Amino acid sequence: MIPAAFDYHAPTSLDEALSLLAAHGDEAKVLAGGQSLIPMMRFRLAEPGVLVDLNHIEGMAGVTEEDGHLWIGALTRHAEVERSDLVRKRYPLLHEAASVIADPIVRNRGTVAGSLVHADPAGDWGAVMLACGAELEVHGPDGQRMVPIDELFVTTFMTSLSPGDIVTGIKLPIAGKRSGGAYEKLERKVGDFATVAVAARLELDDDGVCSAAGIGLTAVGATNLRAQDAEKALIGKKPDEAAIDAASRAAAEAASPTADNRGSVEYKRDMVRVLSARALRRAAAHAGGEG
Amino acid sequence: MSATKAQDIGGLGHSVRRKEDARFVRGKGRYVDDVKLKGMCYLALVRSPYAHARLKGIDISAAMKVPGVLAVITGKDLEEAGLAWMPTLSHDQQMVLATGKVLFQGQEVAAVVAESRFAAADGAAAVRVDYEELPVVIDPHAALGKDAPVLREDRDEKSNHIFHWEAGDRDATDATFDASDVVVTQDMVYQRCHPAPLECCACVADWDTVNEKMTIYMTSQAPHAHRTLFALVAGLPEHKIRIISPDVGGGFGNKVPIYPGYVVSAVASLKLGRPVKWTEERSGNLQSTGFARDYHMHAELAASKDGKIRALRVKTLGDHGAFNAAAQPSKFPAGFYNICSGSYDLENAFVEVDGAYTNKAPGGIAYRCSFRVTEASYLIERTVDVLADELGMDPAELRKKNFIAPDKFPYVTPLGWTYDSGNYAGAMDRALEMVGYEDLLKEQEEKRGRGELMGIGISSFTEIVGAGPGKQCDIAGIEMFDSCEVRIHPTGKVLARIGVQTQGQGHETTFAQILAEELGIPVGDITVEHGDTDTAPYGLGTYASRSTPVAGAATAVAARKVRAKAQKIAAHLLEVDEADLEWKDYAFRVKGAPDKAKTMQDVAFAAYTNVPEGLEAGLEAVDYYDPPNMTYPFGTYICVVDIDKGTGDWKVRKFVAVDDCGTVINPMVVEGQIHGGLTEGFAISKMQLIDYDEGGNITGGNFMEYLIPTAVETPHYDTDKTVTPSPHHPIGAKGVGESPNVGSPAAFVNAVIDALSPYGVRHIDMPITSDKVWKALRDAGIQD
Amino acid sequence: MAETVTVKVTVNGVEHEARVEPRMLLVHFLRDELDMTGTHIGCDTTNCGACTVLVDGVPMKSCTMFAVQADGHDLTTVEGLGDNGGLEPIQEGFHQEHGLQCGFCTPGMMLVSKALLAENPDPSEAEIRRAISGNLCRCTGYQNIVKSVQYAAKKIRTGSAESTVGGGAS
Repeated sequence: MIPAAFDYHAPTSLDEALSLLAAHGDEAKVLAGGQSLIPMMRFRLAEPGVLVDLNHIEGMAGVTEEDGHLWIGALTRHAEVERSDLVRKRYPLLHEAASVIADPIVRNRGTVAGSLVHADPAGDWGAVMLACGAELEVHGPDGQRMVPIDELFVTTFMTSLSPGDIVTGIKLPIAGKRSGGAYEKLERKVGDFATVAVAARLELDDDGVCSAAGIGLTAVGATNLRAQDAEKALIGKKPDEAAIDAASRAAAEAASPTADNRGSVEYKRDMVRVLSARALRRAAAHAGGEG
Repeated sequence: MSATKAQDIGGLGHSVRRKEDARFVRGKGRYVDDVKLKGMCYLALVRSPYAHARLKGIDISAAMKVPGVLAVITGKDLEEAGLAWMPTLSHDQQMVLATGKVLFQGQEVAAVVAESRFAAADGAAAVRVDYEELPVVIDPHAALGKDAPVLREDRDEKSNHIFHWEAGDRDATDATFDASDVVVTQDMVYQRCHPAPLECCACVADWDTVNEKMTIYMTSQAPHAHRTLFALVAGLPEHKIRIISPDVGGGFGNKVPIYPGYVVSAVASLKLGRPVKWTEERSGNLQSTGFARDYHMHAELAASKDGKIRALRVKTLGDHGAFNAAAQPSKFPAGFYNICSGSYDLENAFVEVDGAYTNKAPGGIAYRCSFRVTEASYLIERTVDVLADELGMDPAELRKKNFIAPDKFPYVTPLGWTYDSGNYAGAMDRALEMVGYEDLLKEQEEKRGRGELMGIGISSFTEIVGAGPGKQCDIAGIEMFDSCEVRIHPTGKVLARIGVQTQGQGHETTFAQILAEELGIPVGDITVEHGDTDTAPYGLGTYASRSTPVAGAATAVAARKVRAKAQKIAAHLLEVDEADLEWKDYAFRVKGAPDKAKTMQDVAFAAYTNVPEGLEAGLEAVDYYDPPNMTYPFGTYICVVDIDKGTGDWKVRKFVAVDDCGTVINPMVVEGQIHGGLTEGFAISKMQLIDYDEGGNITGGNFMEYLIPTAVETPHYDTDKTVTPSPHHPIGAKGVGESPNVGSPAAFVNAVIDALSPYGVRHIDMPITSDKVWKALRDAGIQD
Repeated sequence: MAETVTVKVTVNGVEHEARVEPRMLLVHFLRDELDMTGTHIGCDTTNCGACTVLVDGVPMKSCTMFAVQADGHDLTTVEGLGDNGGLEPIQEGFHQEHGLQCGFCTPGMMLVSKALLAENPDPSEAEIRRAISGNLCRCTGYQNIVKSVQYAAKKIRTGSAESTVGGGAS
């Protein structure tokens, strides 16, 4: 399994990277962690003529809270999120998701932003970011812009970004006083893509009523999906069993899975229900201060 | 002279740390892909994207223009050399490179040889093949239907039927069924899976133009047999072929057959006069090399109301894919499948098997088992549980009631095997005790009351290994003996060469232990070599757990031959009559005066310096051991699972394995083999499947879809043993590597089914994935 | 053909420099260019971990990195374990606890375990199983690999460890 030949560039600044992309157009592809791209190149399912390797650009990695939001630099590896104390303490959904992506070695190399823009519906970060209402900071030929996650995914392996764009980071709302989250992933073994996974995030007000909710789904559609009806079923209510049950059923309705070796359509749809309930229960417990 | 103790020299029964580890933990192992020869070029294969298609043409012009490409070889080129087809070990033939049409996805269509890996890959990508798609046959039942297209145009017989085979007495069995109180019937599929050793296949073929000698470094479990087959197929004189199988990164049966990649590499080396390396990719390995199983089985048991099993009736259809390339040296097309009466004392049994061609990869091989024994063991152990369910009897009690009693050995089964020894209840009692069976039953009852799903699964298997006696086995007419050559140097150090080939089992250590025991020479002073046909004595290779039963026996016998000569020299040195000496505590001792003694080291020096008159110098012997019978390891495995009612996922909470492989050479190595085999059994029961869609596209053709469990999913095992030595083996050993893979799938499956049995579930086919469990629960009206 | 690129890496403390095609995978660079064949290839989909090496101390799959991406980095391969022919604790653990059979996964397993122990000197069984879950083994069933890592952990922490498998050392 030998990739087709390509020219390699390792820019040391974002501007240099952007001009390389501008110069090579469709022929060029951005290389970050490479954990999806390189296997595809080995099978010659991807044959870019030019690779622009972002790994030499300083300052693109890291997880920090700043200016009222959480910032994840584009080159942040999954493992860095997994190991971050800040994330572990305040963003359980992110911590849990980071801990079950692929396998531990892949997590040392693969990046959060790279995974997002790969736009594989079985990718974990898409569901998480949909649940969190994240925004992507994107630099392109026309300068910088913010792309809401809801506008990112077009279809499988396709985003709304242009070939000349580079994601520089991801901005998430800062965790509220009473917020909780959980990621429930059903996989056949470590290293497998999800059969189904559900990302859940809840914000509670002082009365324990749900003020915000986010539910993202993995591997049950052409893209990661946001289960908006399920979110609505929770907002304004206490996340009790009845509310969680209603939300879980709504989440299952939002799914449009296809059958494969991981399971039938019916199975996957029901797993959205089962895993949504589990994720929401844990998110609620965590938000309530019990988690 | 003080007595030497077994542990001082690393004799039998000691957990001697492995000699081979020294190189592996330093990264100094030498696997085939590590071989780098001067002037070596690289071969890449072009594979068919279609499962069934006519080859309209192959355009190699673009490939030949890729810088660095030296040659493109197609089936037509091989046809001219008479090498387009090669014989299989199952009286069939197989295409080396496709001619006429392709018969499975991933089939080898052309080979590109180039100066570098890059150029070979680029050349392969540039080969243009024009295909005309043909109707695809995937289901073996459909393959035998009237309207099925005939896949094999090269055969005289115009059907997809390969063979029909029977064992046992049909009429007597039918009569027993008719006269029995209870009959249970179960259909089950032992799914197509693949051994997937971590190292894929590879070779470096090196044609020496001056000496006209072909050396092939090759991932081979059977180098000598492969040399002979190369000689027979390619017409090269056998002394001009040398097969070297260096370190092998796991085999499990996958490296028994000869594959197109080896043959075409040899052809390329002959053509170019340069060494040619072929390294298979994982996807190629899974898509085209020896798969296993794919047996579609129908089992029936007849019993009395009180649980005495009387007869077994089995009808089976085997899917062999495009070519019957079953790499099995038994004389029977379904191998030793008629071991399926298992551990039970039956009045009658009858088995019939048919084979069919389909548009799938050719095979199958014996994946960590003797030929079709895993299927047989699974069938009986699964069906006994079905019977227990029908009778409302405890599965342990039902088994015990029907075991062949220890005093009945040697026991002739109704299907024709003579079991050498066994104590089945002994192994089961130990396993029941270890797992705490009574407490588990109580816990299960409580959990069932709460609607929780917990299952206990038992498998009390009997294996058949050590192929094998000439009346049952041969490869190309060569009987299945194996060999050892022992040479003691003047200073008492030993070089031994054996005809079998390790793929991780630790032969360099365990065979040295057999010699240490027989010769009284420390393990550290003994070198064991194998895998080079120019130096090792002829042997049939390592698979079917035959190393210890056959080559291990040869090793003990060769050592005893050395000892017989040594005794004459010892008598000469001690100036006593040979008959006055006995071999005791690892030395020749004068009877009645044990302090008057000579060690093997003493004798060795004398063998080169001071031999008695009339005796030739030197101290060496060779033995070719033809086993008088197979060996029959056995054991009981008990598995406890908990099922997540919401997702259908099941987890192994506890697994107990009690094995009886007769005399144990190295307990540490045996335990390691058991852990490994159980894990493969676990994988088969839960996740391993080579599947095809209706268009013949393989859906398990890489490690993303063909699942190998990691340390996280893999259970912890508690192991123990009973010891019932084989009465016909020189040291009483039986072989162990395959027992855990043969015996365990039924234990895992029986546990899952037991958990679901309150809901009327009696069987689910492997791999038991979460969605299948969920569906069974749904069908029973259960929703979490 | 694409332009070649210069790769300058430190492998096991020794600097190497070569000009290679950009598409050369790090694992092929180690095996073919540097003749360090202890790093293996077991799959083509980044699943098996047989190619694991340490890049600046962090386990990476060298089949899913281009050699040029290792430029300027410090690599450790199995050949860099131990010194002067002696074994370091992780190697000794694998030997003593029978943590290997065919040896093909062993280099990757040892390196990922070494990285684990550098971070967590006393890992639980669950932590070990998790840490090695990017590396597949077909022979051992992992149980003795876990023991091997525990042996090494103890040896590093206390200076000595006793083996436990097969009724202890012999």
